[in-house]
Amino acid sequence: MALVDVQDLRKEFVVRRGSGLRRERVVVRAVDGITFAIESGSIVGYIGPNGAGKSTTVKMLTGILVPSGGRVSVAGFVPSKQRTKLAARIGVMFGQRVQLWWDLPLIESFELLRHIYRVPAERFRQNLDMLGAALELGPFLRTPVRQLSLGQRIRGELTAAMLHEPDILFLDEPTIGLDVVARQRVRELLLRANRERGLTVLLTSHDLVDIERLCSRILVIDHGHLVYDGGLETLKERYGTERVLVVDLEEPRPPLDVEGARVIKVDGPRQWIAFERERTNAARLTAQVAALAPLRDLTLQEPDIEDVVRRIYAEGATGSAGRSSTA
Amino acid sequence: MPLAFLRLDLEYAKRGYARYAAYPAATLAGLFTNTVFGFMRAFILLALFEGGGEIGGYDRAATVTYAWLTQGLAATIFIWGWQDLGLRIRTGDIATDLIRPVHPLRAGLAFDVGRSLCHAIFRGVPPVVIGSLVFGITTPSGPAVWLAFGLSCGLAIVVSYAFRAIYNVASFWLLDWRGTTILAITAANFFSGFVIPVAFFPLPLEAIARATPFPAMLQVPVDIFVGRVAGAEVVAALASQLAWAILLLLAATWLFDRGVRRLVVQGG
Amino acid sequence: MGEPLESAGLFLRLSAARIRAQLQYRTSFALQTVGMFLISFLDFAAILVIFANVPQLGGWSVSEVALLYAISSLAFSLTDLAIGHLDYLPQLIRDGSFDLLLVRPRGTLFQVVTQDFQIRRIGKVAQSLMVLGYALATLDVIWTPDRVALLIATIPAGALIFASIWVAAICIVFWTTEGNEAANAVTYGGTFFAQYPINIYDRWLRRFLAYLIPTAFVAYFPCLYILGKADPLGLPVWLQVSSPLVALAAALAAGLIWRTAVRHYQSAGG
Repeated sequence: MALVDVQDLRKEFVVRRGSGLRRERVVVRAVDGITFAIESGSIVGYIGPNGAGKSTTVKMLTGILVPSGGRVSVAGFVPSKQRTKLAARIGVMFGQRVQLWWDLPLIESFELLRHIYRVPAERFRQNLDMLGAALELGPFLRTPVRQLSLGQRIRGELTAAMLHEPDILFLDEPTIGLDVVARQRVRELLLRANRERGLTVLLTSHDLVDIERLCSRILVIDHGHLVYDGGLETLKERYGTERVLVVDLEEPRPPLDVEGARVIKVDGPRQWIAFERERTNAARLTAQVAALAPLRDLTLQEPDIEDVVRRIYAEGATGSAGRSSTA
Repeated sequence: MPLAFLRLDLEYAKRGYARYAAYPAATLAGLFTNTVFGFMRAFILLALFEGGGEIGGYDRAATVTYAWLTQGLAATIFIWGWQDLGLRIRTGDIATDLIRPVHPLRAGLAFDVGRSLCHAIFRGVPPVVIGSLVFGITTPSGPAVWLAFGLSCGLAIVVSYAFRAIYNVASFWLLDWRGTTILAITAANFFSGFVIPVAFFPLPLEAIARATPFPAMLQVPVDIFVGRVAGAEVVAALASQLAWAILLLLAATWLFDRGVRRLVVQGG
Repeated sequence: MGEPLESAGLFLRLSAARIRAQLQYRTSFALQTVGMFLISFLDFAAILVIFANVPQLGGWSVSEVALLYAISSLAFSLTDLAIGHLDYLPQLIRDGSFDLLLVRPRGTLFQVVTQDFQIRRIGKVAQSLMVLGYALATLDVIWTPDRVALLIATIPAGALIFASIWVAAICIVFWTTEGNEAANAVTYGGTFFAQYPINIYDRWLRRFLAYLIPTAFVAYFPCLYILGKADPLGLPVWLQVSSPLVALAAALAAGLIWRTAVRHYQSAGG
């Protein structure tokens, strides 16, 4: 059985709109029939525009919210019914929310979590040593949480979510506020835990490098529907239809006029020509350009995940690809 | 010109009103609590008059009026804990207020006047109406007294605001704002005559209370309303409120500006 | 919370950690505690002011009311010390922190109350004890074993009753986070109510704040028994010794209300 098994999951909220006496009740379908399964040991990216139903799904998976319909099973438990049993098996980090004790030194927070999760002292020490080294917590372990910088606190939060060796981690924006080096450390830590003890991760992030480096599989949600479930390459093909041919000409020229493509940027002799996969291809385009002006060099830019995800976050996924989902 | 000058204050006041009017459930909840306390206090104070008589110029009817009126005024004048300004100082958000061409304390006062209007309507008047329906209360004897009461309430709001600003501004220096706040609120509650009329205090305690600005926040408008203070005394009472308002506003401004200088020099 | 003992241990551990953290600011801590101690006397001062004007209130002398006040206040301050952080529940719900408590393998109520621990609240406990001392020293009570036993049992029973009221009342914020001020009517209001002899209140206010919200069992009924005083309300004597039972019933009810409220939050919240 899959570690996470979600069948036709639904969540409806009743919202009151308007004010005063003329308030009407509106039913909002935040999650509208989602089905997926996550096998143990995978790292899955969960993306979609704001308000698409991401956090509602995660709340149902962690037992915070009771679903309106469908079935959920995480690590063999029904989250909303066996919340506290499930809690010992999962680790959670919700972006900007503080789970550490504000007024206590970081180490005291960890100590308390040890007791809350009933982690044996020896295991706790080993885990803390490992996490502390990986995330460089040493310098501020004895500092009260309220005095930590955002980056330090996020590292502390991640440690707090991993101290009890959960089977699955739910991470919401785990690298927010971190510098480039710290981001890299967090990614390495997650990959290592995944490799060494089969940690499963479900991750939402606006940081596209996170998704590109970590996730072997991506779920895209929009308007409460799962609109994509698959690998990174297919996602790029599906949503990132526009590629860019960068050409270095012998000498500066006004923007070239080529059929089926358009120049999006000119910098001296270098021009960026964007084209859609369906309308032309790189070979035909290169030939066209060479016919118009002497070429010195050229490179082809594949759509990167950043463009793809930015488009999904900005426009919503359904706009460009319809509602079909590949299961 | 003076109108143009006040235009900005008016805009702040509108926002102050709107901020509190935006939470009707909170207002209703507060009104409920105010009313429950009103009943308790009315019954406790009535028990003092089992044998009839008068205490410190208050008879039975005036005391019941006092109980309900203070219940409404306390919300309007806001003698309870307030940390809006202190919070902005502690988080550093105050920096954004400092770059605006209006003194933050002036903006705060205008905002608070708007707030007090909202609270007067939704939390000030209803308990008094409830009290008058259930117990019957005494009302001012004529339009002049109503006018004086209105003026006195306005001054009380300014005194209260200036006092709240002072303990909030302490956040520039003190890490321990909680203790200061609790101390300030408790003193204000007791010596403003909110817990029990200042006139009921034994003499030395009453003298101490009268020497503080606290009665100017609550006891004075109530005394005017029930007619305990009347005639020429009303003018003197209003003058003392005005004096406290000016003094505390100046003190708050002075402290605030020194705090800002400290912030600028030491970088928080 | 299946393991109460372990939870109690964790609670102590948490409190100890907090005390260590707060003791780092020694001056601040001392100032806060002493300040709290002093200002709680202003609370009692209201009663002294009343008795400066009248010899009796509803047939109760100043020492008798002081006993009511001390027991009620001691019970409340112990409750406040232990679970005072419940006041911050609306904030926890609004900023989403409550969700984080739901994903931990412990009871939510336990986790909310252990979010913070302000030792300055001990100042209020100390003040209540001093008023209790004053009341006991000035009262003319023949201390039979049953009276001593009742006095000792009354403090934890009263604290449990107040705690139950607090837990049950604050649950309103699971439906509307703006509702917390209404909870004050029965929490802080209930404490205020119980500091005075309940026979001075009107009959229907008593029904609401003395029996439905069982504050009469915190101090009023036990005090009648301890003082050997005839009940001005003429209620049965067995009520005067039933506080511990009432406290257990109240705790049970509060626990059920909390569970229902959290379940409601889990199906409607988010």
